[in-house]
Amino acid sequence: MMERGAQSPSSQQELLRRVHPGDWRNPEPKPIYDLVILGAGPAGLAAADEAARLGLTTALIERNKIGGNSLNFGSIPSKALVRAAGAFAGMRDAHHFGAAAPTQPRADFDVVMGRMRRVRNRLAEHHSVDRLQARGVDVFFANARFAGPNAIAADGLSWRFKKALVAVGARPRLSDIPSIENVPHYTSATIFDIPTLPKRLTVIGGGPLGCELAQTFCRLGSHVTIVQNEPKFLPDEERDAAELLSMALSWDGVEVRLNTTVQGARMADGEKIVDTVNNEVKDVIRTDEILLSVGRVPNVEDLDLRAGGIAVASTEGIDVDDFLRTSNPDVYAAGDVCLARKFTNSAEASARLAVGNAFLERNKRQSHLNIPWCTYCDPEIAHVGLHFWEARQRSIPVKSFTVMMQNVDRAVLDGQDDGFVKIHVREGADEILGATIVAARASEMINEISVIMSSGMGMRALAEVLHTYPSQCDAIRLAAQAFVRDR
Amino acid sequence: MEDLSDADLLDRLQRGAFAYFERHTNPENGLVADTSRNGSPCSIAVVGFALSCYPVAVENDWMPRARAAALTLRTLRFFARSPQNDRPDATGHNGFYYHFLDMRTGRRVWECELSLIDTTLLLVGVLAARQYFDRGGDEAEIRALADELYRRADWSWAQNGSDGISQGWKPECGFLHYGWEGYNEATILYVLGLGSPTHPLSAKSFSAWGSTYQWENLLGQSILFSGPLFTHLFSHAWIDFRGIQDAFMREKGSDYFENTRRSIAVHRDYGARNPRGFEAYGRDFWGITAGDGPGDRRLRRSERDLRFFGYMSRGAPLGPDDGTIAPWAMLATLPFGAEAALQGTRRLLHAYPQVCVNDMFSSGFNPTLTGDGVGWRSEGWYGLDQGLLVLMIENHRSGFMWSLMRDCPFLRAGLRRAGFEGGWLEK
Repeated sequence: MMERGAQSPSSQQELLRRVHPGDWRNPEPKPIYDLVILGAGPAGLAAADEAARLGLTTALIERNKIGGNSLNFGSIPSKALVRAAGAFAGMRDAHHFGAAAPTQPRADFDVVMGRMRRVRNRLAEHHSVDRLQARGVDVFFANARFAGPNAIAADGLSWRFKKALVAVGARPRLSDIPSIENVPHYTSATIFDIPTLPKRLTVIGGGPLGCELAQTFCRLGSHVTIVQNEPKFLPDEERDAAELLSMALSWDGVEVRLNTTVQGARMADGEKIVDTVNNEVKDVIRTDEILLSVGRVPNVEDLDLRAGGIAVASTEGIDVDDFLRTSNPDVYAAGDVCLARKFTNSAEASARLAVGNAFLERNKRQSHLNIPWCTYCDPEIAHVGLHFWEARQRSIPVKSFTVMMQNVDRAVLDGQDDGFVKIHVREGADEILGATIVAARASEMINEISVIMSSGMGMRALAEVLHTYPSQCDAIRLAAQAFVRDR
Repeated sequence: MEDLSDADLLDRLQRGAFAYFERHTNPENGLVADTSRNGSPCSIAVVGFALSCYPVAVENDWMPRARAAALTLRTLRFFARSPQNDRPDATGHNGFYYHFLDMRTGRRVWECELSLIDTTLLLVGVLAARQYFDRGGDEAEIRALADELYRRADWSWAQNGSDGISQGWKPECGFLHYGWEGYNEATILYVLGLGSPTHPLSAKSFSAWGSTYQWENLLGQSILFSGPLFTHLFSHAWIDFRGIQDAFMREKGSDYFENTRRSIAVHRDYGARNPRGFEAYGRDFWGITAGDGPGDRRLRRSERDLRFFGYMSRGAPLGPDDGTIAPWAMLATLPFGAEAALQGTRRLLHAYPQVCVNDMFSSGFNPTLTGDGVGWRSEGWYGLDQGLLVLMIENHRSGFMWSLMRDCPFLRAGLRRAGFEGGWLEK
């Protein structure tokens, strides 16, 4: 008998014990803290870790659950489901390798979700309240607000600080789709609690999470339609990458509707109806469930930022300078609440940078962070550094050295030969500006480029670095080899 | 056909392609059917190709000059007099035309879009007629109408207040909200739009598009990449890009003609490598481009599952590719390398003679999908394919269309405003 993780109350309790214990009692705040951190997501946790390392007195105040978006409804649960979907796709394709597997294996959704929760629990242990306390961090669960330039208050508690870091993250954007509020729907904050696998799922929004979950639910057995307002998925990625993703989704059986605007949603005969329009041609999608994934907005409300003397920029959240300092010189911000690129790794890196700037006068610039990111579809789409068009906007002549995965021996051996490696190089020089990788393992491969870029290594030296053979990363060496031959 | 010399083979296939226009044109208004299929509406782009092909027909003695002039005049009169307004059943608006028109009435059909690229292909045909018919009588009226039609198109309106260009407009919803990203067939659109003496595109428009170009080293070629083969051919049917360069190509030390040659090399290389294991693909079996296809079907096979598509823009090496080639495409690359074009075409005709019926190539052929044992073949013919083939064979043989258009003042002005310099533009 398999463990029914999704049904298991102990699974949920286990998570809460780590990230928000029910019997939690806030400690008595110290008279003054070196650092008060608002928000215990990836940024807040990284800041707390850095502060503990520096021996600072630190208070970490969280409203909801430790781990924030990433652990609870972001990277971790979504990637656990992506992995499950990969197993289903593997069975679908197993007949190419001589294994007589079913074409569409039936999903035991409780097991799928149960594994996701177990994995999440296990990873939650890394930053449980116990561990934080053991490191000397005072942890508070409270709805804290600024009460002055150097003061925070909540629920009868108050904290005074030398420096503060606002790291309260972002939440799913609400939609302006007419009457969507009358139709029950999921967002990224709720989809990981969906009780059953929907027969039909409509995903509204073609950003990274929308694409990942569209493919995932399709592979698990839902009939998925994805609606994207733009002419391509992942508007931040290059045309060729977005087109490959579009083909991959379509290959898996996702019904792809690009250039399509959702005009409204309604209930009729017990079904959910999504009204769409594509170049004035109206259509309806009948569906059982709707996932709204139209981006995320920073949590700048309910903090009395004004009382703290902290200014908010219009769309990206808290207004920070290149050193992550807000308009209050004693208050810094990090992570999704202030960054345009809302990723777990950039949240953590920005938090460490902010703490270093606040206490060690390091004066490190956030614009110098080299942030790799990945959309975990199959194939994965990863990027680091400049896009070629960003280079061109800065009048940097750029040439992309492209290797098709279909020409990489290991990719062919693996039957994973969709995609490419493109390394963007300053033309006439040996300087790597960035890279875009579309490949089954792009999330791993991109890290080689990050290391190369931060080491200052060029393509000529890279071409000489032996790679294991056969390996998918060898595509990177082949791109460097093309650079050497191009001279 | 196998016994024919190269020159005779080209004569025959070019004549065969031109026959499409003789068979599928409404002689009353000059409108030409999009495809040979029953009930096909007119495609304005195909009319543009037809107008460009009439001078070729005169030069090759397939058609008397007077008849070509008369047919051209009727066509131009139709476009000059047909309704231009913002009503949904007009023929056009602001000097642009709907993509598909009723063959008889010339009114918009299928609620299609007012198309910038298709109007471009129509207008370049109009300008070709203006350049060719240089005598009096009917021919004087042709020139006057051609001027009128070209000057009427309001390219600045089509920018909708931005640096970019919308791909089209509909009376029901206004401008289509996607533009051009990355290199493709639109060079001629910008050249015509910039050359307008009345309502030109803004000076910035071409560089705005160019800022989305990606210069790549792909399979050993330094290239401005675009997957579908036709994107490397359409503008070249009229413009001789040999030796002239815009700012981008000057910086890269290449030109668009050379870029097409390299793109063809990439396509041939892809055919030879045949990574998806499609039937027949090889160094002499390629031509992945926009065209008809077998339709949405799936096949589960032990070596690789297959999925097929209907009419779509296919590309190499990134795809989409379902094993369908356009049988005319190899021959259409003739001016960029006769050996590859002829060798591939001869092999194709030898192995699959069914792709060329009545000396006309079908739009799509897929030897991997062998329900009937001989591969899937698109039914009938498409006008665009035939028009492009007539012009490309002619440019290969005589350079006729290139030299005709080199003297077109609007085209020259457009190229100059796009920043092209050098070569024949300096003469």
